[in-house]
Parts: sequence; C-alpha cells; structure tokens
Amino acid sequence: MGFSGWRVLKEGLTGNKGWQPHWRDATPKSEYDVVIIGGGGHGLSTAYYLAKNHGITNVAVLEKGYLGGGNVGRNTTIVRANYFLPGNSEFYSHSLKLWENLEQDLNYNVMLSQRGQIMLFHSDGQRDAMARRGNAIRNQGDDAEILSVGALKRMLPYLDYEQTRFPIYGGLMQRRAGTARHDAVAWGYARGASERGVDLIQNCEVTGIDREGGRVTGVQTTRGAIRAKKVAIIVAGRSSQVAAMAGMRLPIESHVLQAFVTEGLKPVIDHVVSFGMGHFYISQSDKGGLVFGGDLDMYASYAQRGNLPIVEHVMEAGMTLMPMIGKAKLLRSWGGIMDMSPDGSPIIDKTDTEGLFLNCGWCYGGFKAVPGSGYSTAHLIATETHHAPAARYRLDRFRTGRGLMDEEGTGSQHNLH
Amino acid sequence: MRITCPLCGARDRREFYYSGAAVALDRPAPEAGAEVWDDYLHNRDNPAGVTRDMWYHELGCGSWVVVTRNTVSHEVIGTALARDEKGRGA
Amino acid sequence: MRIDGKGLIDRRKPISFRFDGQRYDGFAGDTLASALLANDIRLMGRSFKYHRPRGVLTAGSEEPNALVTTGLGPAQEPNVRATTLELYEGLMARSQNRWPSLGFDLMAVNDLAAPFLGAGFYYKTFMWPKAFWEKIYEPVIRNAAGLGALSGEANSDKYEKAFAHCDLLVIGAGPAGLWAAMEGARAGLDVILCDEDTQPGGRLNAETETVGGMAGAEWAASVVAELRAMGNVRIMTRTAVIGAYDGGTYGALERLAPEVAQRPGAARECFWRITAGQAVLAAGAIERPVAFRNNDRPGIMTAGAVRAYLNRWNVTAGRNIAVYGNTDEAHRSVRDLQAAGLHVSALIDARPHATCDLDVPFFAGAEVSNAEGRQALEAVEIRTAKGVEKIRAECLAMSGGWNPNVHLTCHMGGRPVWDRDIAAFVPQPGAVPGLHVAGAARGVFDTAGCLADGRRAARAALEALGRKAAEVDLPEAETARYDIWPVWAVPGKGRAWLDFQNDVTVKDVRQAAVENFRSVEHMKRYTTQGMATDQGKNSNVAALAVLADATGRGIPETGTTTFRPPFVPVSIAALGAGAQGKGFAPQRFTTSHDASVARGAPMIEAGLWYRPSYFPQAGETHWRQSCDREVQMVRRAVGVSDVSTLGKIDIQGPDAGAFLDMVYTGMFSTLKEGRVRYGLMLREDGYVMDDGTTARMGADHYVMTTTTAAAGQVMRHLDFVHQCLCPQMDVRFISVTEQWAQFAVAGPKARDLLTELLGADQVDLPFMGCGAVRIDEIDARLFRISFSGEAGYEIAVPARYGAALFERLCEMAEARDGGPYGMEALNVLRIEKGFITHAEIHGRVTAKDIGMGGMVSAKKDCVGKPMAARPGLSEDLREELVGLRPLGEIKELPAGAHLFDEGAEAMAENDQGYVTSSCYSPSCESVLALGFLKNGRARHGERVRLVDHLRGVDTICEVQDPVQFDADGGRMRD
Repeated sequence: MGFSGWRVLKEGLTGNKGWQPHWRDATPKSEYDVVIIGGGGHGLSTAYYLAKNHGITNVAVLEKGYLGGGNVGRNTTIVRANYFLPGNSEFYSHSLKLWENLEQDLNYNVMLSQRGQIMLFHSDGQRDAMARRGNAIRNQGDDAEILSVGALKRMLPYLDYEQTRFPIYGGLMQRRAGTARHDAVAWGYARGASERGVDLIQNCEVTGIDREGGRVTGVQTTRGAIRAKKVAIIVAGRSSQVAAMAGMRLPIESHVLQAFVTEGLKPVIDHVVSFGMGHFYISQSDKGGLVFGGDLDMYASYAQRGNLPIVEHVMEAGMTLMPMIGKAKLLRSWGGIMDMSPDGSPIIDKTDTEGLFLNCGWCYGGFKAVPGSGYSTAHLIATETHHAPAARYRLDRFRTGRGLMDEEGTGSQHNLH
Repeated sequence: MRITCPLCGARDRREFYYSGAAVALDRPAPEAGAEVWDDYLHNRDNPAGVTRDMWYHELGCGSWVVVTRNTVSHEVIGTALARDEKGRGA
Repeated sequence: MRIDGKGLIDRRKPISFRFDGQRYDGFAGDTLASALLANDIRLMGRSFKYHRPRGVLTAGSEEPNALVTTGLGPAQEPNVRATTLELYEGLMARSQNRWPSLGFDLMAVNDLAAPFLGAGFYYKTFMWPKAFWEKIYEPVIRNAAGLGALSGEANSDKYEKAFAHCDLLVIGAGPAGLWAAMEGARAGLDVILCDEDTQPGGRLNAETETVGGMAGAEWAASVVAELRAMGNVRIMTRTAVIGAYDGGTYGALERLAPEVAQRPGAARECFWRITAGQAVLAAGAIERPVAFRNNDRPGIMTAGAVRAYLNRWNVTAGRNIAVYGNTDEAHRSVRDLQAAGLHVSALIDARPHATCDLDVPFFAGAEVSNAEGRQALEAVEIRTAKGVEKIRAECLAMSGGWNPNVHLTCHMGGRPVWDRDIAAFVPQPGAVPGLHVAGAARGVFDTAGCLADGRRAARAALEALGRKAAEVDLPEAETARYDIWPVWAVPGKGRAWLDFQNDVTVKDVRQAAVENFRSVEHMKRYTTQGMATDQGKNSNVAALAVLADATGRGIPETGTTTFRPPFVPVSIAALGAGAQGKGFAPQRFTTSHDASVARGAPMIEAGLWYRPSYFPQAGETHWRQSCDREVQMVRRAVGVSDVSTLGKIDIQGPDAGAFLDMVYTGMFSTLKEGRVRYGLMLREDGYVMDDGTTARMGADHYVMTTTTAAAGQVMRHLDFVHQCLCPQMDVRFISVTEQWAQFAVAGPKARDLLTELLGADQVDLPFMGCGAVRIDEIDARLFRISFSGEAGYEIAVPARYGAALFERLCEMAEARDGGPYGMEALNVLRIEKGFITHAEIHGRVTAKDIGMGGMVSAKKDCVGKPMAARPGLSEDLREELVGLRPLGEIKELPAGAHLFDEGAEAMAENDQGYVTSSCYSPSCESVLALGFLKNGRARHGERVRLVDHLRGVDTICEVQDPVQFDADGGRMRD
C-alpha cells in the first residue's frame, strides 16, 4: 500500500478506513536463512537491505521489546557526515547519501531536514583541528565550510559572543547535515522490510546462540528455538550480553547518554548547533521542542536514565552558549545506552564463529549511521565480504593497532569518546 | 549519585572521575603477549548487574577508589581504596 | 464569575492585571485562571494542531489548555500555566498559538481538515516532489507548530541553584505529607517538606471537609504553624520536586513568590539538589477527564478543579453546572455547588447501581455523549437507557476517577502496578530506594486514610534511619469508600479528546492500533499522545485503556505508563543557573596577569588559564608586527615569558626515580642530581599522552613539568600508576602548579640578565642543569631549559613573588633591548625549532611518529610500551612529523590543510597527511609549518601538494626536517 498525499486525501474523504498495518507481526518460523537479533534501526535497515539489495527475504528480525525501542527511538535525531579519519569518513559519507534518498526509497516520510550543522570552535588550535576535519570532509566529496564570526553572527544572532567563557572564533558548517524524525526511520525500514517478506517478530528475546563445530546454527528464544544459516547480532546497548551467548567478550563498555526536550515553541533555532567546549548540541524539532544533549554520564550503566550533574552541566552550557533559551522549559529527559568502543568507532565484522556477524560499538554515532550500517551489514552477511565504506570496522583493529579511528584522540578508555 | 570515599566519606558523584572497569588494576606483564594486552586494555565483561570500577576522588583526596556497583540500578554496594585492593591481589 | 464564600483569597487586596491587553481585576491569592474565571473569561487558549478553542481544564500544574505568555522582551516567558500563575499587580498575560486573536484564529481551519490530519498523517505524505519537503512543507509545519514563543533575547532574569540535605524529605503537603512531616519532626529528624502549591494543604484547600474538628484548610495551617515552630523542619512552598535520582538525591524547583521575585537582585526561581536520608512521596493524585465527543469545549473541567475554584477561589465557570462522574466524588461536587447557591442541572453518574439523596436531576448508568457550544459550553447531550437528552450547562464538572501521582517512582525505572479496585496505576513498591509512598499517591483517597498512611510511611522511614517513632495522636478525619465504575471513552461518533493539548483523540489511538502501532510506546510515538506540556498526566491512562480496548487486551497486559523527569517542566535558566557565561568554567590567572593586561596584552584562553597573546608597542597595528618583533627580540636579545601555567608536580621519595621510569619512556632514575631531562609520557595504549621536562632537585626529589593542557590528566595518571599499578613504591607527589610562578628568560642576553639578578655563580648551570637559587632572601629554582631554541632559563619563585619578579625581569630585559613575549611569539619560536605541542601530540601519534622512537628505553618497561609495539603503531608508512616550507606562488601553509603527492587529485584516497601548525618565521623569513606526512622522515626534500579546500589554498611545498632553525641546537647550548 503506497503512501502519498493523494492517499491521505482519499482516505480522509472515506473515513480513514482503508489504512493497513505498517508492517506484519510475524510468528517465528522454525528456520530462516538469516536471523537478525535486534529490531532497532540498524537491525531493521539490515533486514531491509538484505531483501532489497541481495534478494534475501527468508529473514527474521527478533526484537525482545518493540521495534525501534532502543537508541533509534531515544536520540537527538542528528544526521551528518563530518568525520575526518579514514574509515569513518567514507562510511558516514555513504550513509548520508542514503539518507538523502531515503524517503523516496522507503515511501515513508522520515522528515530528513538538511538544515545544516555548525560546530563552533573557540581557539586558534581548535580552528586548526576543525580545518583539518573540514578538509578531510571535502576530500571525501562531502560539504564543509568555515564560517567567520561575522557570518555566524548573521546566521546565529542569538549566540552569546560577548559575555562567554570561551569566545567563539568561528564554526565549521555542513549544510547537508540536519535532523530526521527518529521513530519514522525505524518504522519506515520495518515497513519496507516487511513488504519484502522479512518476518518482524516483537516480544521475542534471544536467550542463546546455537553453535556446532565453529558454525552458528540458530538461536534460542523466549518463543522457541529458531534455526538459521546466518545470525547477526545488532543489539547496541546489549551487545556484551548477546555476544557472550556466543562466547565472545567485546571491547565495549555501556554508558548512559542523556537527551532532553523542551516544551513546544515557535521556531527559534534553525540549525543544528554544536558547542564542543561545553559538550552541548541543540536543534529544534518540527514540533517546536528544543532537542539537545551533552556528554555521557561517564559511568558504566544499563539504566536508561541519568543523574543531575550532567543534566545541570548541559543546561549551563546551553545558557552559556545561547542565553535566550533560558525561559524554555525542559519537558522530558531520558537516557540511551551507548556501546562505547575503545576508539569511539563501531564494529561491523564477521566473528570467529562461522555465519555469526557482529554490528556494535556505535558510541553516539548510531542514528546517522542507520542507513549505511544496514547497507554494509547486509552486504557483509550476503557476500561474506566487507562492503568498501565499512571495510575498516574490524574487530581485530584493537589488537593489531591497525586502522584505529580515534576521532577524539582520547585513547582506549571507552567512555572518553 | 553518591559515592563513599574510604578516606573522605559520602560525597557527590561530581567530585569523582570515572575511568572504567577495575580490571585496570591487573596490568599484565610487559611480555604477556598481544592477546593478553588486547584483553586487558579493550575487552570488558561489561555486566548488566554488579561490577567493579575505578573512580578517582579528583576533587577530594586524590584516591583511586574501587567501587562495587550495580550498573542497572546504580546502587553503590561498596568502596575500597585501589591500593588496598591491589595489595589483596585483586 | 465570583461568588460569595470563605475561600483562600484575600478580598481586601484587589489586584489588576491584563490578559490579551484587556484590564481585569482579581484578588491576592488568585491564580490567573481563577481570576479569569472570576471575570467570566472561559476561552484561554488554543490547541496545538487543530487550534480548537480551549478553556481551563484543571486547577494545577498539569493544566494542558490554559497556557499563556507573560513578560516582554528578555523577560518573555512562554507556556506559563494560568492555573499556577499567581496573580500580581501589573501582570500582563497573553494567549498563545493563535492569529490574529484568541477569539478569531485563522489556523482553526485545521479543525475542518481534521480527516486528513489524523495520527501520523505526515509520515505518509509530503514526499513529492522531493525538494518540496524542506522548501515548502516543513517550513509551514514548523511555523504552525509550537505553542508560545521565546523572545530571542538573552535571559536577563536571575535564577539560582542550591544544595540541601535532610534526614527526611516529604514531597507534597496534603494530609498524608503533612502528617508524615509531623511524625518525622516529632521524632527529631531534620525534615524538608516541599509542595508545589503556594500554600500547604493539598486537596484540603479545595474541599469542604473537616479534620481534627476544623475546616481542612485551617487544620493544615495549624499543622504548618506547629511544624514551623519546631525548628527542625524546613517548609518549602512553591517547590515542586521534579525528579528522583540515585543516592537519595532529588531535584526540586522553587518558584519565588512574585513579591519576592520582583525585589531588585532577587532570583525568580531556584533549583534545589536535595539529598535525603529517606523520603516520603505524598504527591497526591490527578483527576482524569472522560473522553466523549467535543469534551474539550471551554467550560468542561475536571470536577476536582470545579470544586477547587469554587471552594478555594470562590469562582465558577457558570451558574448552570452539570456534573458527570463515576465515583461518589460526583455527589460531593453537587453538594458543594448547591451549597454555594449554584444550579446543578444534572448529575450523571456512570455507575448503573448508583443512588442519589440530593435534590438534583439524577441519571444513573448514563453518560455524556456530546457537548455543544464552540467557544464556550452551552449544553451537554446525555445518553441514558431511555435515550438521548440535552441539558443546558455552561460548565461540566467531569471525573473519570483519580490517577495516583506515581511519577517519581518511575524515575529510576520503576513500573507502576495496575490496581483493579481503583482502576488506576499505583507505585511499584521499592521502585526508588528510600522512597516511601503515602496517601493518594498510593491510591488511598480518603482523608483519614491519607493521615494514617502518612504515619505509616514516616514510620517506615524512621525505621530505615534507625530512629524511634514519637507518640502522636492522629486527628479525626473523614473516611470514604472509593467506588469506581471505569469509564474511559464514551462510544459514539465524532472526536473525543484524550490528549487535549496535542489533539490526540480516541480515533487517533484506534487508528494507530489498526496501523499496527499496538505497543503503548508505538502508539504514543505515532500519535504524540503524552508528549504535550502536561507530559501525559491527563491522558496516559485513558489512552492506554483505549488502546487496550482496540487491541483486545487488558490494561496491564497492554503496558504501563512511564514517566521521566522532570515531574513539571523546569526552565533551562533554573537548571543552568550558576555556572554560565564567564562562570561556565573556572578562570585561572597567572601572577603576571595584571602586569600583562597593563602592558596592553590581549589575554587568550589556554585551557582554563589566560595567557598574553602578544605585547603591543606603540605604532604596532597588527598582531603580526608585535609577534615578529618579539620573536626577533628573543633571537637577538632576551625575552621574558610566564610559563607558570605548565603543570608542575613535586615528586619525592626513595622510589621517585623508579616511579618516573614507569611513567616516562626514558630513564629518569639515572638522571644526575642537578640535571633536567626531557620526558615523553605514553598512554597505556601506546600513544603519546604528554611531554615535558623533569628536574632532579635532590637524591629523592624530582620536579616534573607537564603541558598546560594535560596537567590534570597527568596528575590523575600518576596517581593511577602509583596507587593501582605500583603501590609498593615509596613515593609521594603533589601538584604545585599554583604554588610556583615560573618565567622563561630566553635569548642571547638571558645569561647576562640572570647574572645581574642572581649573581654569576648562581647562573652557572650547564645546558639542562637545574638548581636551587636565592633571589634576595627568597628561595627560588633555576632551570636551564629552552622551548625557544635560544640559550634560556626558567626561573621559579613561590607564587606570591611572581608578580614582582615578572616586573623585575621585564625591566631588566627591556634594559637589554628585550622584553616580555606572548603566546604568538612563543608559538613561532617553537615551530622554527620543530618543538611539539598538543597540536602535534593530539592523541593519535606515537613516539616514533614524532621522531622520538629512540626515546623509548629498551632497558625497562613503562606505561604504553607493550601496546606501542602493536604492528599498527610500530610498522612503517605511518604519518610522521615533518617541517614544511612553501615553494609555490602562494606563501601560505594553513594549519588544517591536507597534503598530497604533487599532481595527485585532492581526494580522500590520495591523502598523505596534514598541517598541524603554521607561522611566519621572521628568523627564516619564510612561512613555516609542521605537519604529518606518510613516511615523512624519508621524504625530506620532496615536493608535496598542499590543499586547503576551506580557505582556497592550493600550493606546493617542500618537505623538511621539523627543525628548521639552528638545526644543531648550538644556540641553546651556547
């Protein structure tokens, strides 16, 4: 059933009686070609691209809760491709290109809004580092430009350029960056995958991964055993637990990242603004809420909630950067569980168990990666070879030291990225 | 969140710096090999439940504290000075 | 309209205010909502999507409709609840989300288009043509969305933050909370009692009950007076506890009373962090509306709100009032209204078994099926077994029962539990450690029960604290049975509202279920139910019930509502009070700061420190002129620079040398006393963490310097290595960064200067020597080290002498054609010499990358050494530090530019490296740069292409040794 303005009109005139489920709720079959553990953004997009790009449709997505209930539904919705290290650069570049065609591809309005992201800098040294980043982005073929303070004042007149602890020296802007409606991304992929024959199974928790002779053979679930030729673990936030079912110990430490939204307000912030010195970033949703976030709570956690020190720090940073938001009221705060990896970059790889694939370690980069991650993971599952844009996301890079992608330069301490 | 520094008493979490799992105490021998070192520095049990991790009383006495904690409930179960834990061969 | 009565308003104190420009009068004690009702204003707002006309629904902070904007310019505050806004003289409130006026809103056309704007319609359209989304559809949607507006001007009001500690925090000052506080206080606890209302009492202020033989409000006031007199109780009114956090920490927002907030310099709000040994949650309950067709018409209110307006504020939304409910509360409403002389046109009791002893048209087992009147209620349609009947009413008091305020018990992941008897969720026991729930928040709805429950909760808290309960008699109060007949949505045609503000109707929830958004989380996200400013307080349970019905499940099987902090919206200014603006991070000043400012130096941020950028002299109009002069001054005469910001760590003990061997790549245990050595510190992952010099002042005494940026990190690291890796080492260390002021004195005339200051024998140090010296009577330290490449010293004195020494050094330098130099010159001097800073050691480079592979001692272990041996860190073809000089026409080598082979396209696959630092070198009369280049050390003399897309530079440069000036270092050693 296609979605369109005409369809909305026709249904509206006939009592909205013709709408169908966006996806089928399937009951588990006894065997699949591919079982994807995890019905979040990455799992659903992987299923979608397995079906669409590789014609593999005998696929089940197993979700212990509800589809899209993990980090895809609890992030700050930012989409961008402004990484600078080889590996990340080409991956996020590819992902952004997929974003730009996603609505037409999925026939689902995920409300990608390329309103531009501006990363501010506050010293000569930061300008140099930002220039290096911007040039790397341009080398990759994506857009980036340096904005002077004068240009910033015209674009973001509400920033505090005077009474601020860290004066603004300028900004690095990516115009193609922006935001998208996070839930819709999960639902759009779910619908697309379901239409192509993928079984989406909610309330189905995986309790074991079956292996025989170094090969994966299926999974045990709360809804029975399911045989599978290939299994992919795509469960950011629970990666360590699920991987342990296959005897793996991952280079992951789980941390809580809080996010915040205010009451709805008339448009006042048109861009995504990032204030690195204050660990603060903000945009305004189409509904009018200011959506913003900051740094990790900085202790290992599986609670989808945080504590006041970071809440307050984020608000202080916001007030420092743009004191005009003072009278906006925080409506809701929540937390997501981040798979923090030792270099701040993700893992998309095979494992030592044949037929078992791993997609994890997204740190805070997960949302914007959803299309690219699914695309590349599907490629890896289908062809057993790494998809070029994600070819560096190897699990063994920490052991060998080859191809580490430490964008922050903070080293192997998981929570510092 | 409040953490009891063994020297200073119960303090706000703001006074502490967190660095990760208490496996950091078990530095391998230099010649232990790539696998062991990889495991030490990168791989983690990362339990959803009770864990032991390292907190530095940075805005206090400068002690490194091993905190036994639940990562799901955030309950702090116990704290000990890292140097004492190390002495016990932890 | 205002009626006679003994409410809690002060009729001796009239207050005038404006709403949408019109002047009205009210009394002290009024809220904006009660004052507007007193003036017969029922239309107070517009809904979010359909711009439906709306009146006030509630009398509390959960109000979804009556939201207004107050203040002008920077004081403009959107989305203020009229129900909690205390009236004050001169208040100017404006309605929101309407154009051109509240009465005539053109956007109300959306209501006619409602069939096309149902739940999630936007996911299905606006996709064609592709470019239209961002250019047309989205801007229209954005402009239509949102309620109130920010002014766009910087907040100019004052907000504060504070900490508080107590044994017992009581949240809510209704009967349960008051009694819990009393029990705690009598037992000797330090008690904090918070309530979001202006006066304690809770529902007692809104009902006509007696407690302890007094009117409820009077009894509450007497308890408050008693608590206040005790000295161990802090009563915080206007203070909403907004969140439960770990370790007994609670967040609370205090609004100051208008007359207090208006005093000069006073704060408007204060955000409290309260740490409590134990807590009692007595937050009461919120009455829920019933969904029926057009149930959002102005004049339709919750029955509890109708009674509150009547009994507390003596106002009513009409003379003709219908009452609709499903518990005995409906009868209570009728009694109160009739007692006030108002006409009750019907009592509609949903319970088929209900009976009535009041003189009122009574309909048992009936329901309200529609409401008439657009901008104000005119009549309600009721459906009974006999048929449909229309009844005139300007106000409908409706009640679907009460929802306990379980919110705080959900903040740490607790899931409320469905209680069939009261058809509501109650708190999961133990959901928040140390938090005991009492009263209506636990589903105990009668006053006597609340008092007893407050006692029970307080005693549980006392027991947990190991304290003995005091003997206190409970006052007498009313008991009542809570007999509910669940009614969520009245069947029938048309739209029935669940989430008033976000315009989510019963149809929307059913539609969501049809489209497979059957999980409660999916339904909420798809319909936006619960995402309005009331955070679902008025709609969550009913929406869940409708979803349960639509999906053929029971309510508990369908899911639970979860609530996240804050309980009520909190202004960002309050949460972000304090550390903002200049105070966002500490400011650290050197002892030479004032002197530098006096010399006209622009001070720039260096980490948390401020350092002089350059020292302009007469006639210099550009920083480069000053910088070039200062560089030449150091190269030709002598310069003085404050280097106190570098971290200084004093390390002592028999194992100090062994300890340094562990943290540095090089060997320090063999360093001779009186000597200084450059050290490189690695992180355990093998990359460079920091560099600096360490001086051996004595057999067991070293002084380490770190970079300014990494001082804190290094201190933490040293503590880690000592306490966690080698606790057996007998060594102690402490940061002395702020205890010593340290100045570099560099240049050919440095020795001459210092000879004058210290005498020749004290200055007689070898290169990389150090020693204790005396300046006049002061103990000082002298190091012969150089970051400029010139013969140089650093001299350190106790910080209290820093300012004086700086002045003296500057004067002595100026007498030798020298003077102070700033960060710009310092940077040029070090680039000329190929010395690195964190621009180069940015966390991704190895010792080998910066040409210091040889500094990793083969004779010993050190932190980082094993992992630095990983193939990825040790094999060839990594990017290595090089110097760069321009060859092409363009004489710019901007930092951040990337390097490519000459002739190669400037694209990612061809990337060979990048520029880290760049300057104009007056000494070399050329632009110079440092950077990293693949296999760079083997490529000295090669030509490479440098491209800076961002700033339009594309040039050729020559690869050099990083040291581009005085390659053999003769000047330093001289």
